[in-house]
Amino acid sequence: MYVAVKGGERAIENAHALLAEDRRGDTGVPELSVVQIREQLRLAVNRVMAEGSLFDPDLAALAIKQARGDLIEAVFLIRAYRTTLPRFGSSRPVDTGAMACSRRISATFKDAPGGQVLGPTFDYTHRLLDFRLAAEGQGLPKPATADPVAGPVPHITSFLNREGLIETDRPGDDLPPDLTREPMELPAARALRLQAITRGDEGFILSLAYSTQRGYGRTHAFVGELRIGTVAVEMDIPELGFAVEIGEVELTECETVNQFTGSKTEPPQFTRGYGLVFGQTERKAIAMSLVDRALRWKELGEDDTGAPAQDEEFVLMHADNVQATGFLEHIKLPHYVDFQAETELVRKLRAEGAARRQEAAE
Amino acid sequence: MTVSVPPPDLQDRRTWMGLLARARPERLAELVPDEPDPGPVILRQPEIGTVMVQGRIGAAGSPFNLGEMTVTRCSLRLESGAVGHAHVQGRSKDHARRAALVDALMQTGRAAQLRRDVLEPLLRDEAGRRLARAGKAAATKVEFFTLVRGEDR
Repeated sequence: MYVAVKGGERAIENAHALLAEDRRGDTGVPELSVVQIREQLRLAVNRVMAEGSLFDPDLAALAIKQARGDLIEAVFLIRAYRTTLPRFGSSRPVDTGAMACSRRISATFKDAPGGQVLGPTFDYTHRLLDFRLAAEGQGLPKPATADPVAGPVPHITSFLNREGLIETDRPGDDLPPDLTREPMELPAARALRLQAITRGDEGFILSLAYSTQRGYGRTHAFVGELRIGTVAVEMDIPELGFAVEIGEVELTECETVNQFTGSKTEPPQFTRGYGLVFGQTERKAIAMSLVDRALRWKELGEDDTGAPAQDEEFVLMHADNVQATGFLEHIKLPHYVDFQAETELVRKLRAEGAARRQEAAE
Repeated sequence: MTVSVPPPDLQDRRTWMGLLARARPERLAELVPDEPDPGPVILRQPEIGTVMVQGRIGAAGSPFNLGEMTVTRCSLRLESGAVGHAHVQGRSKDHARRAALVDALMQTGRAAQLRRDVLEPLLRDEAGRRLARAGKAAATKVEFFTLVRGEDR
């Protein structure tokens, strides 16, 4: 018989103290500051902002420090903090066409106006460990400068638009659904899918996108354009009756160009997948645009091949790493009563089976 | 996109409010010393919250929710009656209070002085930061050149 017990307070307290000590590591080594994390582990900070769904580099850096570098734990901390804040409202949709780009490339148009700007990329590095970084106090190479491109850089897919070779998005100003306010309902509008994917786990979205490239829901994607940079965020202020800029955020945007053979209502043309993610997060943005495109099969009249990336419920219900880790990890917490019941059941079944066998033998 | 363009004086106010919101809090603190006595009446204490940032599907289509950002807001009134508002990115209450103060003072006789001592330095800082970043990015622009093609030989 199970008897309810209490206890563990001291063990928990001591475990927290041990965690804090382990977090600090060898005290002979200088402590890492939040500002150092923000400045020098910026891509980890970006990932935590994107999946935590809150743009605040200082908070994301603090979360990474507290979580000892466990990024999913850091995302969890950010999500929990966010729920304590009031929401003042929604911004106007950001204008990525006016982005101040630090990187902008196209795999489809070599001579795109504005040019191919590589920016701070790992591409074309040799992926050899650089032991100079292990020796502190090494001098930095001085980046070159050149005359910046004047004015906004146009989206590359707009050139295909002129010929009508690519589908156009119908502009609208409907209030988008918000999965942080209303439980997700399926089938989901594309706006809701994009919200779920942009805050979804990078590893999960990457693997799904990769599966479409390998043939599970093939969409033949090219990166029409990838751009990284900052955009202004504008919000209508009720007291003023007009919109003002309240700040700026760094974003990564990916537009894919996909083959489409046409349907009963649409001529053969290119179609698009779209990715937009907080921070410099290009793997995630590319993966997002592939998964977005794969999920559009119904709207475009394509075949359901049964591929995981085409299955909206599978994708949207498993993309969130805080939900996933919460459910996964809860099974390590005390389940003494459940397990006691299971044990009783197994004992009973065994006893019944033994009794039956004995009857048969007699 | 329907953007309601405010009359010119509002456009001016929009510009400085945006500039104050984008300013680095430490820089604004340098440029705007703590307000003299009697201080302004605080109508809304600096408050930290979030704003949901929207994107557009395919950059030009319908809006979707991208994620939130932290924002601090504050409202105050000067003795003269001028009311200043601020919504600034991040969680700095001092930043929001100073931005609201400058917004209010810009509606008074001190506007020209503040434009010279606060807004113009902020604008120069920002333009310098942006130009430096854009210049470094521009240096990574690929210059293609065509190799001798087979049929040219």
